Amino acid sequence: MARYVSYRDFDWVLLGFVLLICGLGVMEIHSATVHTKFAGAHVKQIYWVLAGVGAMFVMSLVNYQVLLDQIHWFYIAGVASLMAVLLFGQRYLGAKRWIHMPGGNHFQPSEWVKLILILAVAKYFADMRQRELSWSDFMKAGAIVGVPMLMVLAQPDLGTALTYVPIAVMGVFLGGLQWKQGLTVALLAGIGIGAVFTVPRVHVLKSYQKQRLTSFIDPELDPQGSGYQVEQSKIAVGSGGLWGGKGSQTHGNFLPVPQTDFIFAAFSEEHGFVGALGVLLLYFIVLMRLTQNAQTAPDRAGTFVVMGVVAVLSFHILVNVGMVVGFMPVTGIPLPLMSYGGSSVLFMFLALGMVMNVRMRRFVN
Amino acid sequence: MFGRDEKVSEIRLTAAQYIILGIFLVLAYGLWKLQVMESGYYSSAAEKNRVRNVPVLAPRGKILDREGRTIVDNYPSFTALLLRDSSRDLVADADLISQGLHLDPNEVRARIRHFASMPQYQPIFLKEDITPDELQFIEAHRNELPELDTIMSHRRLYPRNGFMAHLIGYVGEVSEDMLNQPQFELYNAGDVVGISGVERQYNTLLMGTNGSRQALVDSHGREVGRLGETEAVPGKPLKLTIDIDLQIAAEEALGDKNGAIVAMDPNTGEILAMVSRPTFDPNDFAVHVSRDQWNKLVTDPDKPLLNKAIQAQLAPGSTFKIIMSFAGWQDGIARNLHVHCNGSADFYGRNSKCWVYFKHLTHGDVDLEKAIYQSCDVFFYTLADKLGIEKIAKYATQLGLGQKTGIDLPQEASGLIPSEEWKAKTFHQKWYAGETIFVGIGQGAVTVTPVQLARAISAISMGGRLVVPHVINPTDLPSNYTEAAHFTDVTSVPLDPSGWNYITDAMGRVLLPEGTAPRAHIDGIDIAGKTGSAQVVSLENRAKHKDNTDLAQNGWFVGFTPRRNPDVVVCVLFQGGEHGKLAANVATQVIKAYVDKQRKTPQKMVEKPKPNGTVDIGGLWSEPNSDGSNDKLQGGRFVLDLPKKPLAAAIAAPGMHQ
Repeated sequence: MARYVSYRDFDWVLLGFVLLICGLGVMEIHSATVHTKFAGAHVKQIYWVLAGVGAMFVMSLVNYQVLLDQIHWFYIAGVASLMAVLLFGQRYLGAKRWIHMPGGNHFQPSEWVKLILILAVAKYFADMRQRELSWSDFMKAGAIVGVPMLMVLAQPDLGTALTYVPIAVMGVFLGGLQWKQGLTVALLAGIGIGAVFTVPRVHVLKSYQKQRLTSFIDPELDPQGSGYQVEQSKIAVGSGGLWGGKGSQTHGNFLPVPQTDFIFAAFSEEHGFVGALGVLLLYFIVLMRLTQNAQTAPDRAGTFVVMGVVAVLSFHILVNVGMVVGFMPVTGIPLPLMSYGGSSVLFMFLALGMVMNVRMRRFVN
Repeated sequence: MFGRDEKVSEIRLTAAQYIILGIFLVLAYGLWKLQVMESGYYSSAAEKNRVRNVPVLAPRGKILDREGRTIVDNYPSFTALLLRDSSRDLVADADLISQGLHLDPNEVRARIRHFASMPQYQPIFLKEDITPDELQFIEAHRNELPELDTIMSHRRLYPRNGFMAHLIGYVGEVSEDMLNQPQFELYNAGDVVGISGVERQYNTLLMGTNGSRQALVDSHGREVGRLGETEAVPGKPLKLTIDIDLQIAAEEALGDKNGAIVAMDPNTGEILAMVSRPTFDPNDFAVHVSRDQWNKLVTDPDKPLLNKAIQAQLAPGSTFKIIMSFAGWQDGIARNLHVHCNGSADFYGRNSKCWVYFKHLTHGDVDLEKAIYQSCDVFFYTLADKLGIEKIAKYATQLGLGQKTGIDLPQEASGLIPSEEWKAKTFHQKWYAGETIFVGIGQGAVTVTPVQLARAISAISMGGRLVVPHVINPTDLPSNYTEAAHFTDVTSVPLDPSGWNYITDAMGRVLLPEGTAPRAHIDGIDIAGKTGSAQVVSLENRAKHKDNTDLAQNGWFVGFTPRRNPDVVVCVLFQGGEHGKLAANVATQVIKAYVDKQRKTPQKMVEKPKPNGTVDIGGLWSEPNSDGSNDKLQGGRFVLDLPKKPLAAAIAAPGMHQ
């Protein structure tokens, strides 16, 4: 079996669009923070992007099939790191999400667990021997994602835990979900979500989650709480109009954390409907390009890996932009590639590195 | 069964693409809805977020004396507050904050906890009217304690220790009750208005009109810029007829005694000095009066809030004999009346005593002149009996007694001159001739206020020229201020010139050795006057309870200089002063201060205000209340500007030396 890997097969077009989005993000971070105590964040973001590109190249070199063969070790390590967070993690704003690393860095294991889950789910479904999914496969796939997800929920970090869901959903869907199963799961999920919304007293969700969810239902009930953030975000987006405006919501500090979770609201305020739609289009091109790479993957596992990345990226965009325009509750999920933050940027580029990895091996067989 | 290389279903991959497309269409619709369809609504919402109308408070007009010297000014007062929408741990900072602001840290923490359930944008008011060093502390800790902020408002700075407190009055937030009255209908809740004294009487002039500013604010409510401003129209300065030099002399002359002083120019009715005791410090109200403090003032039997100069209605005692003399002269009865005083006389089956009876003396043969300077009761019993109550009431009313003088101060009392009609109306009883006897010496039902008495006696000293007392010169008021039009009204009370000479000459002998107040005599100043000692109980009872000071007689003195067409009339009420001669001593001190100033030998002169308009009067405001309650301020209006330079530590006080 000849192995020939070349950067000719690297997806430069995809990288171009990705870097374009990152560039817009850096611009907006600069604009949103220039007169605040976060001034200079855009420079740090540039370093994170550069580090991410480097990590992506490294990631593309390690054969994903080797990674898949060793995935059980990675999975164990991932679960162990989540356990470590629960035991030794740093508590910040009421949640344990980080492990303090030597050298003053913070490590957020829930991000890299996302990568491991993409690979683990891909491996599981690639090894499956029948076209149609059995309930037992369904349960096993659910367990692979469910265990770490519960651990992240315990931190508590509802947002990140939710981002694990699309990995499983995408795997199950492509792995041969039957209509009956799909309907059953959709029904159960519908009942579950309905219960959360209608019975706020259930103790499944933490109080801050309930507050976020209930204020989402009617933001005006609580103008200075979580609903306040949604309301300010909507005002920011809406006042941007067609062509964008002065950005008083962003610069007057009315929009909460405009450089991270609400960066799309800040961008929409300053660049209007035209600008915001342009960014959505860029993301759509990236996603379509990724799906195309999934179709040309050398094997089932490759397709699952790429589609896992597609699922996570789409979910982030749906939840984040949905939150910004008031369709979704505030969950603390950043907009990949644009929002300020090292963990998020590094995850996206490592995920893209895996996509490149798959693509570069499409003719290798 | 299929192998590893079996491809994933193309249909499902395509389906995934369409699902993603669907998601993006939904998101694009969300953007379209907000940014295109509802853009107008959200633009105005953003504008409302960003722009706030902040009232610009019009500074209240200064209050000046007749020579333009400042009596009441404003000073910027700062309130320390905690912003709760910052990310700081307020409880952790409580120690440092309490230390800097001299508060109890436990109390501060309790307040923070108490506010925990309130909306975030509502700040906690920590301390009103902070001192300059506390303001310095806040400015110096802007970075360490970003949640600590101040707001500024203008507060009234009154002379301290209650100097002129009753005349000036004080300001406060307009109350519900006041808002229902027509004169206050234009005001809003939270407006600061005059509550008493000149502050209330001339509130419309002093208040000015508030402006407003469209301020750009950030999410913390901090001002980051401004769009436009309607300027405030400051209140007009108010020039009183009061002469600070004379006021100081009067304040010092009365000292701690209970009572009142009115000094008036009998030619015009201008009030030159007005004092009431006991007094209160209106600066206590300018910040926040505590319930205890207020209750103490309201329940004090000496009624410190009452302006006795216009509100105390008391028997005038022997000073009323001048009114009687006027009545008797005009009626003709008194001109040749001779009465023999044995120390007492019988009227209507009752033995009525003269004051000399208690000294085991008699006045002997008495005519009107001797009756005035010796204050013979028997003479005036006789005169009163001969005149009858109706004539007494007629002449007393001509001199403005039993009615408000019309002075431009709120809540003036009218006093009372009894008559047959009054008694029938009030008690449904017939007037008994025996009652008239005591009215003749200013006892019984007759009551006057010091300002009424000063006015009535001044009319006699001026040969019948009855003026309207006032504290503002109408020429200093805007021409459309019609309420002041009557200040210059002069009523000519008929007084025969021979009677004028006779009565004033007799009054001139009161301070001579043969008079009732010889010790009040001052060489070189021609003072005419009349003493009075008004009984609280009958003289017989008083003799039995010598030690009960509550039953002590009220001393009166009304004096003027020179004896005809005088320049100044001074009326002194010395409550519990036992005898009018003590009141006379007080009055002559004031008259002396007036004369000395006229003769250019001033005792105490207050500096003229500096041309740059700096404050030249006032005092240290009292230590703010430490109970931290802020219900007064929350309803108020304030500006959020922070002046760059710190306050002067203290402002010099006028004349009120300690």
